Amino acid sequence: MTPVLFWALRLALLLLAVAMLCALTRLLIGPTAQDRVMALDCLYINGMLMMLVLGIVYASNVYFEAAMLTALFGFVGSTAMAKFLLRGEVIE
Amino acid sequence: MNDFIVGPLPLWAEIVTAVFAVLGAAFAAIGSFGLVRLPTFFRRIHAPTLGATVGVWCMTIATIVYFSVQGYSLFLHAVLIVLFIALTAPITTIFLMRAALFRERQKGGDVPPAAKSAD
Repeated sequence: MTPVLFWALRLALLLLAVAMLCALTRLLIGPTAQDRVMALDCLYINGMLMMLVLGIVYASNVYFEAAMLTALFGFVGSTAMAKFLLRGEVIE
Repeated sequence: MNDFIVGPLPLWAEIVTAVFAVLGAAFAAIGSFGLVRLPTFFRRIHAPTLGATVGVWCMTIATIVYFSVQGYSLFLHAVLIVLFIALTAPITTIFLMRAALFRERQKGGDVPPAAKSAD
């Protein structure tokens, strides 16, 4: 791995960490419940991107599966919470 | 740092991977920063879609290029992630938007503001 790719991946990890911190800030200070759900949605997508970068850093396919599972369960969680905000119950 | 024994990649593949990884991360960071910066919920909901579309696309291209060159075969599984996100992110956003409108109206808010008629 040349220094170009090495430092580029470190920079990408740093940017994603900043992005996750921003989403976490909105998750903590969000004035309404829908703000918090939206911040959680953003947080899991950033975490999934971080998984993909880590997969390139360690040259391993395992992180890819983890990213896919994150995307899957993140969608289920966000949709369930949005549905809960809409109706007051998840399964009708 | 690297636990696995990896053969040297051609320079062009490393440069393409580096550029797209940094681009994707930068788009995700910009989108998340908008989440903090913008004033109201109805403006904020537009910001994270930047990370969910361009960010995921760029990162997927980086992953595909890196693993394809490294493994001497086409690594297309990563397209599954981007297809899945492209299908599910709008669904979540629509549900969230409807929930937000419903809750605002329950509180007595007048949303969305009346559109300006053309005539």
